[in-house]
Amino acid sequence: MKIRSTLVGLLAATAMSVTAANAETLRILTWGSYAPDALVKKFEKKYPDIEIEVTFSNNEEMIAKLRATGGAGFDLAQPSHDRIFAAQKEYNIYKPMDLSKINTDRMTKTHLDGVKANTTIDGEVYAVPHQWGTSGLMADKSKAPDFAGWGDLCDPKYKGKTSMRLKRTILLGTAFDMGEDPFAAYADLDKYQGILDRVADKLIACKDNIKAYWKGGDDLSAMMMSGEIVASETWDSTAYKLYGENENIVFVPPRTGALAWIDTFTLPRKGKADDAAYKWINFVLEPENVKLMSASTGAIAAVEGGKDLLPADKKAAVNAAFTDADIENLKFFANIPPGVEDMEGKTLEKIKAATGSE
Amino acid sequence: MAGMVQKDIKRLSLYLLFAPFALWIALLIVLPHLGMFYISLREKVGPRVYEFGFENYTNFFLEPIYWNTLLRTGSMSLLVTALALVLGFPIAYYIAKIAGNRTRGALFLMCLIPLWVSDLIRAFGWILLLRETGVVSSSLQWAGMIDTPIEFLYNDAAVIMGLVYTVILFMIVPLVSTLDGMDKSMIEAGYNLGGNGPTVLRRIIIPYAMPGIVAGCIVVFMLTAGSYLTPILLGGKNSSWFTEQIYDQFITRYNWESGAAFGFLLLAFTSFVVWAGLKLSGQTLNSTVANN
Repeated sequence: MKIRSTLVGLLAATAMSVTAANAETLRILTWGSYAPDALVKKFEKKYPDIEIEVTFSNNEEMIAKLRATGGAGFDLAQPSHDRIFAAQKEYNIYKPMDLSKINTDRMTKTHLDGVKANTTIDGEVYAVPHQWGTSGLMADKSKAPDFAGWGDLCDPKYKGKTSMRLKRTILLGTAFDMGEDPFAAYADLDKYQGILDRVADKLIACKDNIKAYWKGGDDLSAMMMSGEIVASETWDSTAYKLYGENENIVFVPPRTGALAWIDTFTLPRKGKADDAAYKWINFVLEPENVKLMSASTGAIAAVEGGKDLLPADKKAAVNAAFTDADIENLKFFANIPPGVEDMEGKTLEKIKAATGSE
Repeated sequence: MAGMVQKDIKRLSLYLLFAPFALWIALLIVLPHLGMFYISLREKVGPRVYEFGFENYTNFFLEPIYWNTLLRTGSMSLLVTALALVLGFPIAYYIAKIAGNRTRGALFLMCLIPLWVSDLIRAFGWILLLRETGVVSSSLQWAGMIDTPIEFLYNDAAVIMGLVYTVILFMIVPLVSTLDGMDKSMIEAGYNLGGNGPTVLRRIIIPYAMPGIVAGCIVVFMLTAGSYLTPILLGGKNSSWFTEQIYDQFITRYNWESGAAFGFLLLAFTSFVVWAGLKLSGQTLNSTVANN
């Protein structure tokens, strides 16, 4: 009796998975908030035979996941534009895109050309832009009105009142602040190592000045809102969120230029639902959907007039942060050549392990 | 004939019973470890080019940052184990020998309740209590004991406290079950023969509880050395934990080869510490962990 009911159950399960196979599944690997529920529902209504499955992740983990399976398990991934070229060369995890299937004329030309230039291998394009944003600084204007550069994080004036994330962004920012151009030095890794060594010395000496290294948007927000710190390295979207709660907290583009990233659309090499993926890409490029997306991500869509499609409060935060000159001054993250992650990782370890300057 | 069939059925059912366990061990423990070991022996020479060798292991010994972190993790884990034992023993003794039957259940439950919430939530609980603008600092200020807010978070003491809090239950459970089996008359006899409190503790209770103590210490040490969340969230600018090092190798540096090697080094190191502990205490795995 029992065996029979198990068998029936198994049969039923098989039957169900067969019907599920009729409806196509689109498995998206993306950032938290990059696939808001409202948008997913709207898409599934428009294309009733496509079902969406979302996995939230970040750049490093996206690549690790795809590397583990050789690019299987997902149909659409959204790493940043600087994480495609080397990852493809080393691990072969993406497949070329068919641009004729994408409404590329909706995209901002500079972003599209930038991403294309960054992700073309042997004449094939591996990514198109989705949203862009920056990494820079934020400060509480009532307590640190003059805060303007990466180096100010280490200013003894703010001893114990600043924070940063111990990742590659702060290495690059500090390098720019010291008058170097780390992206140019990617071409000569020995020179880049020299820059990294000097950056490490500076950041080790700076350790005393830092309250703690933040690890995610939540602990950074808590430290900033409670006033435990007055300034920090940050993602712009985190700063915009805090601006909504406290107008003194603003995003500060560093005087050497905020570091800009573009999150992209890429197809994992063994993805099985390319057509559904193209449909999703074109779907989120439509202006009314861009609005929904930007409201959720807090980042600016790489489409014409992307800034105007932000919700009002975010737009106010962007206008409070950026002048046109700041936008001109943006430094887009350059492609990471093979081996640089390892050099930077080693530098970060050295900084973490050092016991400060006392 | 019937006997043969009976025997075959018996054997078959034994195989069937054993199969899930064997599959579990083979597919989820042995196979992944073999894969990791294979990866750990690959040296990267260029993109998609690898050679075999022990470079990932030698790198660990040549770079002081790595082995310092491992030693730090090991010694802090030993400290956590010792603290958990010192704090857990009286609790276990009270539950097993002093509390009445009804309070026993309630006390045990109280020890269990923190485990119903995930590690992450518990760590955030500590963060709320210990941060500069947190509960502890502001109540001390309110009571007039300090003038300016104090940061209790982001240091090694916070990490150790958080870890002890997380693992102490795994010390208490084996201790209670060992102490439970001890006859109260043994303690009475100790006193009757003229022993005082400390002597009875040292000569009777502790030797009797030794299997439980060692079992608890092994579990707690392994859990602590392999923990990730608590040290990351509560730790400060200088506190590295070896598991964080492994994560960084795999995820931030894309260096699976040395991450895998680090994983094996951690396994070897903790195994060595457990082995040394067993040798020093004169116990065996059979008499301790397997006994519970």
